[in-house]
Amino acid sequence: MNLTFSPEEQVFRAEVRHFLATALPQDISERVRLGRHLRADDHLRWQNILSEQGWLAANWPKEHGGPGWGPVQRHIFDEECAAAHAPTVVPFGVNMVAPVIMKFGSVEQQQYYLPRILRNQDWWCQGYSEPGAGSDLASLNTRAVREDDHYIVNGQKTWTTLGQHANMLFCLVRTDPHAKKQAGISFLLIDMQSPGVTVRPIITLDGAHEVNEVFLDNVPVPVENRVGAEGQGWTYAKYLLTHERTGIAGLGHAKQALRHLKSLASRIEHRGKPLLEQPSFRHRVLKAELELMALEVTNLRVIAAARDGGVPGAESSLLKIRGSELRQEISELTRRALGPAALPFFPAFLHGDDDLDEASAQNAAASAQYFNRRKLSIYGGANEIQKSIVAKTILGM
Amino acid sequence: MDFALTDEQRMLEETLTRLVTDQVSPEQRRLMLGASAGTSALWRTFSELGLLHMPFSEEVGGLGGDGTDLMIIMRALGRGLVPEAYLAGLVLPGQLLALTASDKQQARWLAPLLEGEHQLALAWQEYGARYDAFAISSQAIQRDGQWQLNGRKEVVLNLEAAAATLVTARLDNGKLGLFVVPAGASGTSTRIYRTIDDRPAGDLTLEHVTLPLENCLSEDVSTALAAVLALGRAALCAEAIGAMEVACDQTLAYLKERKQFGLPLATFQALQHRMVDMHLHLEQSRSMAILAATSLALPSSERDYKIAAAKAYCGESARFIAEQAIQLHGAMGMTEECYITPYAKHLVMFDHYLGDSDYHLETVSDLLKAA
Repeated sequence: MNLTFSPEEQVFRAEVRHFLATALPQDISERVRLGRHLRADDHLRWQNILSEQGWLAANWPKEHGGPGWGPVQRHIFDEECAAAHAPTVVPFGVNMVAPVIMKFGSVEQQQYYLPRILRNQDWWCQGYSEPGAGSDLASLNTRAVREDDHYIVNGQKTWTTLGQHANMLFCLVRTDPHAKKQAGISFLLIDMQSPGVTVRPIITLDGAHEVNEVFLDNVPVPVENRVGAEGQGWTYAKYLLTHERTGIAGLGHAKQALRHLKSLASRIEHRGKPLLEQPSFRHRVLKAELELMALEVTNLRVIAAARDGGVPGAESSLLKIRGSELRQEISELTRRALGPAALPFFPAFLHGDDDLDEASAQNAAASAQYFNRRKLSIYGGANEIQKSIVAKTILGM
Repeated sequence: MDFALTDEQRMLEETLTRLVTDQVSPEQRRLMLGASAGTSALWRTFSELGLLHMPFSEEVGGLGGDGTDLMIIMRALGRGLVPEAYLAGLVLPGQLLALTASDKQQARWLAPLLEGEHQLALAWQEYGARYDAFAISSQAIQRDGQWQLNGRKEVVLNLEAAAATLVTARLDNGKLGLFVVPAGASGTSTRIYRTIDDRPAGDLTLEHVTLPLENCLSEDVSTALAAVLALGRAALCAEAIGAMEVACDQTLAYLKERKQFGLPLATFQALQHRMVDMHLHLEQSRSMAILAATSLALPSSERDYKIAAAKAYCGESARFIAEQAIQLHGAMGMTEECYITPYAKHLVMFDHYLGDSDYHLETVSDLLKAA
């Protein structure tokens, strides 16, 4: 066994690093570094640059226009992007709906949507959760009733991330109310400009507008916008959940956040010494350091297994649980490190375009990010759901 | 980056797994523990399988096994809590001999060790220095063409079975020396006991023990000792992984079998999530044990950083898993006869061998890069 990257992989890392150093606009990376929310245009500019480079669809196979990277290269790419403060690619098109269209979509759907995603022409969002269907997603109630060559869709979706910018929605709807819960669900692609689609912001506890409610009121959706067979939507949704989850630990982000924390805590003074030397604080930083080391090797184990042809299954649940816990702990320590400087809140700077003096700007995001990171253990299947998945699928309980 | 085992390593793993399953049942383990010190049938089997040569370099007559090979062996031994002193009686003293001894000394002490003709022990630990191998107070003075040793070594594993014990002692110049003290040497006295997790051990008192010059292996053993202790820590992590696996497997089996309120315990979500937490600790610790096993050849500060991190991490996980295993077995988990309890005991006491989590976290702290 060895844990070192091959010479080719190291060359690849250098290539990615060089690209990021030259191509990533400084105003964007600075926004990411300071923890400010990105504007729609920031996302689009960066994704256009990646698209030009052929790296937007990092997970795609070559035949669909992806770079054909393996899991190791994707991991290196993610790590370098996080280290360079590059924005995370909005995943709903390129990493979520695209694999489903590739696997289950019609030729027409593939020919129409995939190139548009590759060229960053559509902004996709996800219509999964509903007010009454969170962890128990299969209990969703949004109805789609077939009328000739259309479905008429009625219902409400929620927690729709960045839906305010999106023009396309992929959506789980109930087409057969009499079938068993999972069996009556279909997978529709909905144009957000359709009549009857209303998007309303949900402001999260950090003051940010990241998620939305989407109301669907007699929305007509052409039947050709259904992916795959009627009633098979749950299968596709599950495929999506198991597809390419090696990045789920958020390792690059955790690494970057811990580097930042250590640097911060060695600059902040506490009783005449760096805070990092204060024993109880240092102890928690050390524990985070250890957890990161373990998580990194576990992540590499899953990546190597995927590279060698294995399908990461329930291991992604382990990575998700431990990765989210670690990132939350680091955000907690970063907030604590600032002491009283964690208290001032400047939402117009963090979420908008207001300027702020240099010193305040450096510290502005810590507390808001701490609150924002609480989502990590809730979204994508709450950690408790992940534990139940591990209990069932790995431990057979 | 490669986590796969080679064909030879897979064979080694299969052979050992079978051996441990066949020959180290709880009943057989009790019998072995009751037997008097000396070469056992199992040790002879180890010898036949090449295990005694495996972890040593080809230059000293070994098979040139690496950290991964050692990990495979130790994990298998951990799964059976095999009461043979593979690490304490062979690997640790043998590696120190390989690193420090002259050809003549190796012929006298190392060659028979590899041939299974005798076992040794390593006496590095003193209560006064706690886990610090370099803060000891035993002394060695050279006088009239001889060495004279004074001091007391505590919790020397495999002391009774050892033909000789390698003893660290401080020299006049402040450096750490290493000596071979044959069993029963004049001036030595021993108190033999078992540790609470059933490992044979003892204290060794040295009062004016006189040794010929050729019994001095090194007059500056610090670097070699640090390397060997690092190896020992990586090996202990691997052994603990084996024991953690069994503790998790057995606890899971018990939860599936035991019924209360008319249902198997495995159907209760509170217990499912505890079981998953055990599993998470195991998998993260497995990663750390791999990190340790693959760090042995790194420059010493990087090696010590990673291995200290692994030992600290595994120490906490081992205790967590042990405590959960006892708790989830309910009152049965409190009994001596319960399958799980020897594992739980070793997993808790793991932290007391070659430095506990706090000790190793300090090492990590000393070597932490700020950013």
